[in-house]
Amino acid sequence: MTARAKRGGTEINMKRVYVNEEWCLGCRLCEYNCAFANSGMTDMAEALKGKTIYPRIHIEGDDKISYAVSCRHCTDPICVKSCIAGAISKEDGVVRIDKARCVGCLTCVLVCPYGALAPGENGVMQKCELCLQNSCGEPACVRGCPNRAIVYEDRGEAE
Amino acid sequence: MKNYVVIGNGIAAAGCIEGIRSTDKESGITVISEERHAVYCRPLISYYLENKTDIQKMNYRPEDFYQKNGCRVIYGKRTVRIDCASGEVGLDDGTLLPYDAVCCAAGSSPFVPPFDGLDTVEKKFSFMTLDDALALEAAVTENSEVLIVGAGLIGLKCAEGLSGRAAGITVCDLSDHILSSILDAECASLMQKRLEENGIKLMLGDTAVRFDRNTALMKSGVKIHFDVLVLAVGVRPNIAIVKEAGGETNRGIIVNDRMETTLTDIYAAGDCTEGNDVSSGTKRVLALLPNAYMQGYAAGVNMGGGSMAFDNAVPMNSIGFFGLHAMTAGSYNGELDEERSENGIKRFYIKDDRLKGFILIGDTQRAGIYTSLVRERTPLSSLDFDQQKKTAAYTAFSPEKRRKKFGGVV
Repeated sequence: MTARAKRGGTEINMKRVYVNEEWCLGCRLCEYNCAFANSGMTDMAEALKGKTIYPRIHIEGDDKISYAVSCRHCTDPICVKSCIAGAISKEDGVVRIDKARCVGCLTCVLVCPYGALAPGENGVMQKCELCLQNSCGEPACVRGCPNRAIVYEDRGEAE
Repeated sequence: MKNYVVIGNGIAAAGCIEGIRSTDKESGITVISEERHAVYCRPLISYYLENKTDIQKMNYRPEDFYQKNGCRVIYGKRTVRIDCASGEVGLDDGTLLPYDAVCCAAGSSPFVPPFDGLDTVEKKFSFMTLDDALALEAAVTENSEVLIVGAGLIGLKCAEGLSGRAAGITVCDLSDHILSSILDAECASLMQKRLEENGIKLMLGDTAVRFDRNTALMKSGVKIHFDVLVLAVGVRPNIAIVKEAGGETNRGIIVNDRMETTLTDIYAAGDCTEGNDVSSGTKRVLALLPNAYMQGYAAGVNMGGGSMAFDNAVPMNSIGFFGLHAMTAGSYNGELDEERSENGIKRFYIKDDRLKGFILIGDTQRAGIYTSLVRERTPLSSLDFDQQKKTAAYTAFSPEKRRKKFGGVV
């Protein structure tokens, strides 16, 4: 079940991807699951084997700690306000990017305080859209995390 | 019910409309648009020439934007005055619009120095508006030699946009390096190399002084033949309406963090304003799209009866040419700390335990982490900046800070 809040008659997704850094092993499976879920392909090996992957979630850390970083779907997203192409919008609680409009200026990279956006293979920006519109239907990083370090839950106040 | 008047129809105006509607869903909004276009993404005009976008995609908002927000747009008219005593805005056709609150989002205009012989040049253009881009598109052919005066953001984006359309492009600038408003000489030289590798000719430390039809006489005495001339020397904020109404102006219209001018019920936002820059602690014209939107939005919220301060503005730019990106933010007025790698240069300016500004060229990954240090004035002693400057990441912060950033709704 997806936690949703009602506002003005529309349902707003209040769930976000969170990481418990004490449990994260830094195995990077989330990166592979993310890249596969967004590849549009049905076979994981075919989609990823021998290729440079462009996941929308990234493991960072050092020898002591590791954790995954992906879009926070901010209450007041500065990327939306800053996009020079009007390509980023927030609807129903999810920050999305219209790739057809993106010109690759990287202004969103300059303003995102979480470092959550990066260009994909063709220089067009991509970001976590919670797998709500791909074949996975729920965050693939969460579903595939072997240590359940990544969770998808509602921790917040209504917007 | 109130009457809101928005002077201008660019990004700041769109922000203002959305800001007003976040607090006042009922009152009327009149938008005065000198350009005969719905709000469009102005910085995309060079991408249009490059065929990276099209007119349809350049619309900043959906077609029903004005209708949904209850706006009446008056196209093709110019605002000539604000009469504070009568509470009316006057247009060039004599129309008077009564107001309860006004937002002046009039933008800026190209500055054209009084060159000798400019009137003899047949094909001359500025590069500020969609109509400028369309006119250039029509004028430039594959045989055209294009001369661009000004190697700043506008002139060079124009050069990149035209590079696949013209026989040759020359850009001249009196400054000894390109992008002198945002880059230092060394970083600029990296970008200059990239431009030259892609066929853009640069003449620095030299500029046109006189024109005779298709010839420019340069300061150095050199003569250049051109078919199409683009003047991108600089821009000036459109301050006249507020200045003549008695509002305080400098280079731009002076605003506080609520986007109020010194005149009652008159707000201003975007490229026409001079607001607070938290990185330098001074008033500055911050002519860039994100600030225009955020200023406009704050103005709108306050006009509509809400309360909002936009109090963490800093200058910032993300600009790329032929695949090489540069990002800058804040002010370069501290001690320099530098990181070099094979991918590029990072320069950080540090003062009083704060990151005041930076220049990144080539290596721009996750630059927003640096920008937020500037905007939020984070004490650098609260993180491991030696690690942070090499690779922007949250490992440099304490676990508590990380939990705050990543553990809840932000």
